[in-house]
Amino acid sequence: MTVPVLEVKGLNRAFGALPVTRNVDLALEKGARRALIGPNGAGKTTLVNLITGALKPSSGRVLLDGEDITALSQAERARRGLARTFQINTLFRGLTVLENICMTIGERDGECNNLWRAAGAKRSVIDEALDYLDALRLTDDALKLVRELPYGRQRLVEIAVALAQRPRVLLLDEPAAGVPSSETHLILDVVASLDPDIAILIIEHDMEVVFRFARQITVLVAGAVFTEGTPEEIMANADVRAVYLGEAIPGGGRHD
Amino acid sequence: MDASETQAVLSARSAARARAADYLARRHRFRWPECLPWLLAIAAFFLLPDRMTFGAQVLIMVMFALSLDLILGYAGIVTLGHAAFFGVGAYTVGLLIARLGYTEPISSLCAAAMVAALIGFGTGWFLLRYRGLTLLMLTLATAIMLQETGNLRSDISGGYDGLPGLTIAPLFGIFQYDLYGHVNYLYVLGVLGLIFFFVRRIVYSPFGQALTGIRENVRRMHAIGSPVHRRLVTVYTIAAAIAGVAGALFTQTNAYVTLAVFDFDVSAKVMVMLILGGTGRLYGAFAGAVVYMVLEDYFSKMSPTFWQFGIGLLLVLTVLFAPRGILGLIEGASGRAARRAGP
Repeated sequence: MTVPVLEVKGLNRAFGALPVTRNVDLALEKGARRALIGPNGAGKTTLVNLITGALKPSSGRVLLDGEDITALSQAERARRGLARTFQINTLFRGLTVLENICMTIGERDGECNNLWRAAGAKRSVIDEALDYLDALRLTDDALKLVRELPYGRQRLVEIAVALAQRPRVLLLDEPAAGVPSSETHLILDVVASLDPDIAILIIEHDMEVVFRFARQITVLVAGAVFTEGTPEEIMANADVRAVYLGEAIPGGGRHD
Repeated sequence: MDASETQAVLSARSAARARAADYLARRHRFRWPECLPWLLAIAAFFLLPDRMTFGAQVLIMVMFALSLDLILGYAGIVTLGHAAFFGVGAYTVGLLIARLGYTEPISSLCAAAMVAALIGFGTGWFLLRYRGLTLLMLTLATAIMLQETGNLRSDISGGYDGLPGLTIAPLFGIFQYDLYGHVNYLYVLGVLGLIFFFVRRIVYSPFGQALTGIRENVRRMHAIGSPVHRRLVTVYTIAAAIAGVAGALFTQTNAYVTLAVFDFDVSAKVMVMLILGGTGRLYGAFAGAVVYMVLEDYFSKMSPTFWQFGIGLLLVLTVLFAPRGILGLIEGASGRAARRAGP
């Protein structure tokens, strides 16, 4: 069996006396498409923060390509190919879209250690950045400031930034959150067409999206893995229905 | 979609690409209005020959404000102790002359830059883990601690009486410093030009972009793998060195130095200048320092007791009507003019 790209072993985290992540095990194979679902407050974003290193776990380990990265900083993990998007846009709002991407490429390649060369002088960086924007149909917005874009377009920039990191593992924290429902399909099309080699963990509330996108699903309840399996198994699981899904399951509820 | 339509979409896209690439590739290029402050500085030399001593002080404050702009305007580091590095530079030169009898000006400047950089690196490495109010207090404390260290060893530093009568050797062994400060003025202007060239390169470099990123959104910088702390310490060290050079020039041009160079007033004043001129704009340091110094000079002659009221009023007006400083006002006006002129 191949080593998973990302592996989480026995991860625990408490805020004071409140355990928010309890003994979580999780593995992403190369090219995985896994959804992380669970009720509000289940600790999904906390888990992403623990995996990326924004938070330190109380105990447990995070492995990237079989290598223990638990002690590494968030930035160091990012440089090793672990990228994320944020549930709430976290971008350089006062910079142009293109600059947001160029900055990411610059930090990825160590260009930003250069104090002397002009930032725009490397055509290859700009061209690569424009390729990402092309792919997400953002080329026309390249020179607009991020804060001038509608929220839905900003969500796409959020994804473009993560892609510009050339990640091996990508954690998408509710990529369509806050986007008007008329525009969600734009974002979901992008998510569905991402590079098949990247291992992706997506947090999502919309069950239609989850069942369309994911090949595996992990259900998180009160900080612990409740169960995991294929979409069909999860859909058929009566316990999952009871704690979380309820009527939200396609074919069984509000979406039809 | 038929072939001609596809063609049209593709060419529109490549035009958009070219436009975007062009914008980034050109941004760092020299623009003609950038000559203006230098032309004015040279004009002042010929038009105001009897104000050159004051002129040199203004240029020194421009340099000091420029160093603050690097860390405050670009990297977003809020500091109330920037006088620490100005003071360290000033005292490096002062002690070299008074205690070691070393008077060569240029190498003294380099020594001042190095000592200030060293202190900037040491304190920065420790305190740039913090942000906001904590950082504000720590930078403030740094300047006070340096000042008190000087006070403790007043046998070396001269204490609050300072080190008087510090004369430096002729510049390049040729140019004697004259009573009217003409040589001083050109000397300071030359050093400022050199330092400005460096700062401008840094600001438009990928490293400078990363600083802007840290200011704009530090969480995102961590997430894209930026070594934020290292970047901050680097720019803090550079800014400290430049502030040290400004301090060194202060000692050299005034021929004395006292512990007042570490005063909170000095840190606050340079910040007011920068905000007045506009942060994160390179030339804000020029506009702010010149306007502040000239008005301070004018007010203090007009009313020796209440001149600070004038400065206070100026600051209130700036914050209310020009929150982005004098340069922000100019940019806004030229932007409006450009929109009126064309589509």
